[in-house]
Amino acid sequence: MLDQFDDRLDPTFATADRDELIARLRSVLPADRLITKVEGMRVYESDGLAAYRGLPGVVALPDNTAEVCAVLKICAALGTPVVARGAGTGLSGGALPFPGCLLLGLARFNRILGLDLDARTARVQPGVRNLAISEAVAPHGLFYAPDPSSQLACSIGGNVAENAGGVHCLKYGLTVHNIQGLQMVTMGGEVLRIGGEALDAPGFDFMALMTGSEGLLGVITEVTVKLLPAPAHAQVLLAAFDDVRRAGQAVAAIIAAGIVPAALEMMDNLALRAAERHVHAGYPVDAAAILLCEIDGAVEDVAAGLARVSVLCEAAGASKVRLARDEDERKRFWAGRKGAFPAMGRMAPDYYCIDGTIPRRRLADVLVEIQRLSVAHGLAVANVFHAGDGNLHPLILYDASAPGEMERAETLGGAILELCVFVGGTITGEHGVGREKINQMCVQFSEAEIETFAAIKAAFDPAGLLNPGKAIPTLARCAEFGAMHVHRGELAFAHLDRL
Amino acid sequence: MPTSTGSSDADLGDQLAGRVRAASAEQAALRIVGGDSKAWYGRQTGGEVLDISGHRGVVAYEPSELVITARAGTPVIEIEALLARHGQTLAFEPPVFAAVSTIGGAVAAGLAGPARPFAGAVRDFVLGVRVLDGRGRSLRFGGTVFKNVAGFDAFRLMAGAMGCLGVLLEASLRVTPAPVALIALTFEVDWPAARSRLAPLMRRPLPVTGACHDGQRLHLRLCGPEAGVKLAARDLGGEEERPAFWDGVRHMTHGLLAAPRLWRLSVPQSAEIAHLDGRWFWDWGGAQAWLVTDEPAERVRALAAGAGGHATLFRGAEPGEAVFTPLAAPLLALHRRLKHAFDPQGVLNPGRMYEGL
Repeated sequence: MLDQFDDRLDPTFATADRDELIARLRSVLPADRLITKVEGMRVYESDGLAAYRGLPGVVALPDNTAEVCAVLKICAALGTPVVARGAGTGLSGGALPFPGCLLLGLARFNRILGLDLDARTARVQPGVRNLAISEAVAPHGLFYAPDPSSQLACSIGGNVAENAGGVHCLKYGLTVHNIQGLQMVTMGGEVLRIGGEALDAPGFDFMALMTGSEGLLGVITEVTVKLLPAPAHAQVLLAAFDDVRRAGQAVAAIIAAGIVPAALEMMDNLALRAAERHVHAGYPVDAAAILLCEIDGAVEDVAAGLARVSVLCEAAGASKVRLARDEDERKRFWAGRKGAFPAMGRMAPDYYCIDGTIPRRRLADVLVEIQRLSVAHGLAVANVFHAGDGNLHPLILYDASAPGEMERAETLGGAILELCVFVGGTITGEHGVGREKINQMCVQFSEAEIETFAAIKAAFDPAGLLNPGKAIPTLARCAEFGAMHVHRGELAFAHLDRL
Repeated sequence: MPTSTGSSDADLGDQLAGRVRAASAEQAALRIVGGDSKAWYGRQTGGEVLDISGHRGVVAYEPSELVITARAGTPVIEIEALLARHGQTLAFEPPVFAAVSTIGGAVAAGLAGPARPFAGAVRDFVLGVRVLDGRGRSLRFGGTVFKNVAGFDAFRLMAGAMGCLGVLLEASLRVTPAPVALIALTFEVDWPAARSRLAPLMRRPLPVTGACHDGQRLHLRLCGPEAGVKLAARDLGGEEERPAFWDGVRHMTHGLLAAPRLWRLSVPQSAEIAHLDGRWFWDWGGAQAWLVTDEPAERVRALAAGAGGHATLFRGAEPGEAVFTPLAAPLLALHRRLKHAFDPQGVLNPGRMYEGL
């Protein structure tokens, strides 16, 4: 399993003297913010991808930028790898401890520092929870748009590191579109301000580079987010289909008609049944798939837009189309969708969430192929999609206590990701590569591209100490993985059109 | 799949790669040129011309996927005409200074039009690129799908990098449905009054996609679904004007935007700007100012920095005069290392942004 780091295929570091590290850290951090005992470090052994576990060498919990600088300087001097962590809700093992690393917990950075209503920005510390921002600015009629399903718990620093999305990306964009400035600390302990309070900054677009960099380039200590006016009105439509292909066609028809839904989501039968049992959203449990289409804006435009969506869904063969009766039902429809992942707990002891993106027009083909792979690997797959932007979340159901099932889930997940690349998509839409998809990076990118990513990392972190073994594979790993895998991947999908 | 069928479409990728490889071997600078319609933008750079204008044509366009992929030498106006036939647009509204202006140049310059605060920057619409790095290797970053977080966002990095990090060969751009309704309004108010009116207005969910002040009047542009636009227009009042006014803002032909020596100030919308003699044109709801002034460059830059922003000598820099705001030493060092990662021999548009970069 990939939570094991491999000396041949992953970066290696000379073993640092742990006592020396702890002694130096004690001089810059109070004792209660340094965790060195195994029982205390257990909480940090995994993130939201709980199947991957490992213990750090030591855990540090700084609560200001100066402390982060001091800690990083010590680690740089001793050659100790550093893994930064926010709320630990990430789904790709990005915060999985590297053996012997210093785990840098940023949860104490939890203050909203300032609000500029005229510029519609908020300056926040990285440990502030995603939803807390929208809650704080709601009295001013504003909100922070990216809304990952974990928004109650996940922190903004982690959102920036992963370029987190959510159900409203289709209209409002990802994290990268909704932040304006960062303060970061380099591995060398230098504080940099990038982006800023203005809409752009001179020089290269470091904001683009930092967003989604998965903790490989620097440690984020402050974020300036953009705030948007809350829409005047929002309404959601639910369309049920007897056939997932028809649901896929309806999605393409809605987008092709020039409609820009605030959200356009799809769930297949297994997923919607689980969600229904979990939150009683009122979903039709006999449907093969449902679409949830939300439109926001002026009351008349919302009504007119949904009327068009309704016609398009019926033309695509929907068996039932209806609007949420009231705000309460609208919220329930969404609660079902946002609760779809935890709801899987009712269907199987464990589930493994995959995150690929495909061109929308391949939706139906890919669904059929995922079904075939599911049967071939002997594990059920439930499907939850951000259909509007082609972002799939197949959920592989398994039982970790059954011998070999976790490994089979991992193999099936990898096959689904390679399918996404094969049809012209990507291995990750919003969860990040982390540790989980490190091998599939070799499928999506060429050696020269991987080399360029490594060179970008080296420009920021020459010793490679920040989050090693994540996001960007070594060429050795790609050589090994490529030799045993890529050709098989080609063969595996020979019956599909490439693009 | 509709693609352009222009007889001049050609894939010169291999030929251009050969040129870059040769330049790299000889450590000879290249000046990357598309339509060469923005030659005045940025610092002057020497070197042999690498003309990408022949590398042109739409590679893929699927309206229902909301993405178009075109070779870098494809003229912007051809792409916009194709999109218009399918009811779609480039929401970042790049200024087009000549009919030959290319999409590669538009991405490399990273200039966005009046919709910038409402729709987003050029890089927000770049989904993927194919570039030649400084060794002439053809690299693909990003892709054609909107949600894609695999690898560093090297594709967004190319927007506004002025060709210093790579020769753009192809760009995949997110396109948007053209708005159904469009109303342009104008108000007889001075800038301070307009400014205090704009801030609360921009906190409301109105279909505003343009807010500028030309020195005399405030201009607002409303775009979107019919009902919302009409409702907002009634609510806001003012006089209706020709929407074509906004073309002049976007393409910078309007009044002082065409001045031979022109400053661009990018500042927080909430910033108080100290007085400075000159003629001002405020756009982006107050987050971007165009300024024609005889004041020395240091004063203009200090003014922008004091307001929390930066100033660019957008047009009319003397040879050797700084164009972009100088970077702090640690940030400049990082820029140099990043440049080196993409272009170790420093052959791609060296010095176009900053000396030694």
